[in-house]
Amino acid sequence: MLIRSRPAASNPPSPSTITPRAVYEDRRTLLKALALGAAGSALASWATRDARAAVSGPLAATRSSVAGAVTMEKATALKDATGYNNFYEFGTDKDDPARYASALKIDPWSVEIEGLVNKPGRIALDDLRKLSPLEERIYRLRCVEGWSMVIPWIGYSLSALIKRVEPQGSAKYVEFVTLADPKQMPGVRSSVLDWPYTEGLRMDEALHPLTLLGFGMYGEVLPRQNGAPVRVVVPWKYGFKSAKSIVKIRFVEKEPRTAWDKAAPNEYGFYSNVNPGVDHPRWSQATERRIGEDGLFAKRRKTLLFNGYEAEVGQLYAGMDLKKYF
Amino acid sequence: MKPVRALLLHPAAKPFAFVLCLLPLAWLVYGAATDNLGANPAEALIRSCGDWTLRFLCLTLAVTPLRIRTRTPQLARFRRMLGLFVFFYASCHLLAYAWLDMGLDAEDIARDILKRPFILVGFSCWLLLWPLALTSVNRAVRWLGGRQWQALHRLVYLIAGLALLHFFWMRAGKNNFAEVWVYGAIIGALLLERLLRYFTPRPRLSAR
Repeated sequence: MLIRSRPAASNPPSPSTITPRAVYEDRRTLLKALALGAAGSALASWATRDARAAVSGPLAATRSSVAGAVTMEKATALKDATGYNNFYEFGTDKDDPARYASALKIDPWSVEIEGLVNKPGRIALDDLRKLSPLEERIYRLRCVEGWSMVIPWIGYSLSALIKRVEPQGSAKYVEFVTLADPKQMPGVRSSVLDWPYTEGLRMDEALHPLTLLGFGMYGEVLPRQNGAPVRVVVPWKYGFKSAKSIVKIRFVEKEPRTAWDKAAPNEYGFYSNVNPGVDHPRWSQATERRIGEDGLFAKRRKTLLFNGYEAEVGQLYAGMDLKKYF
Repeated sequence: MKPVRALLLHPAAKPFAFVLCLLPLAWLVYGAATDNLGANPAEALIRSCGDWTLRFLCLTLAVTPLRIRTRTPQLARFRRMLGLFVFFYASCHLLAYAWLDMGLDAEDIARDILKRPFILVGFSCWLLLWPLALTSVNRAVRWLGGRQWQALHRLVYLIAGLALLHFFWMRAGKNNFAEVWVYGAIIGALLLERLLRYFTPRPRLSAR
């Protein structure tokens, strides 16, 4: 698939081609109106279906200059990246997020900053998005289940936000909390995980330039099933470390318990760095299947230490026993 | 009931059932060939074959309770075929895993089976299905004698338990047990029916 980067300055989309945000963010309401109209419920369900994988509008960004931020590998097809997801708040099947995430209300949205910072408070999504220039980064994504994708994300280094809120010296970890609203998220009604979903990073990991605060992908605003409206992306860790639909970022002194660590501590560690040498108890992590790339009968490709980002992040773990701190 | 029984005895009934049992595989092969198995076709193939193994196991175990409770002895004609399809889909499941996940690398497969309890349990099920499949022909029944043949084929209860354990373990890390409970309930009910029958005194119709 061809990825066009859209440098904001040189080639801005003309205003007439952009759907006003008020209109696209109000699409659900429009669809409901359609349902009430003469078209009837059949047409409305067809229209909703059509809107499923649709993204919510373009998001301009410039190609990132951060070291290692742009892989030359072929990006995964948008249909796979938006149709094959783990987002348990919407169900445990891979196609549940695409099916049910349309109920997620992302406007208004704000992120609460709390804990050991000098500037705690609530940041509205618009302000958060404008906090630093948006960059496009093409990252490998390795799921703990043994498959991988290549995704062109849009966002900026999480460090920009962290520096803005001025963490205190005692803040050693950053905890992310995902929205958990059973009214919008059918998966939250089941007890698969201890909701809300929480994840965490050590401060130096969170400050690493590759750790992205993401607002979009494939040149567009984040689709709901991919963690709209704001998520983190930590490319050298298994996918579940990258919390989606974030409502709270908390700065803490002690290593936070994460949702997966609570569910199965022997299977999912706090660090969860991609590591072909440390197997999951129930399957090998030595290889992976690249979604949409590797043929059905092709041998799986070798998984790389830190998902191929060893040059950039290896020093964060110098001297650490990665088998013990898996 | 009468027309149903007549249909079950129809000469075309068994070939028809045979084709019906092959439909899931045909559908999977067609899906793979036309790239309609979603983003991860290998995973879809491996898991679907496993699902169908469990489904055929349930069907096979349902034959005898249905036959007795509905007084439809004609159903017995289909038990062997269904049982062999359990073995068939289990073999497809294993082949799909060995080929698509392990690249048919014998050493990798052996290491994987020994290293991972849930795969070891699944593989044991497949091994245990062999003696049942091999002794499914009429000559084997005569050779073993009915009583011993039946004793051997009680292995299917062990296989059912292990298959459920394999499925449970596979879902354990993700805490996703809904389907495991469904299959567990079905197999549990079918085994419970047998226990109830075993402990219910039957009126003897004739002295021998």
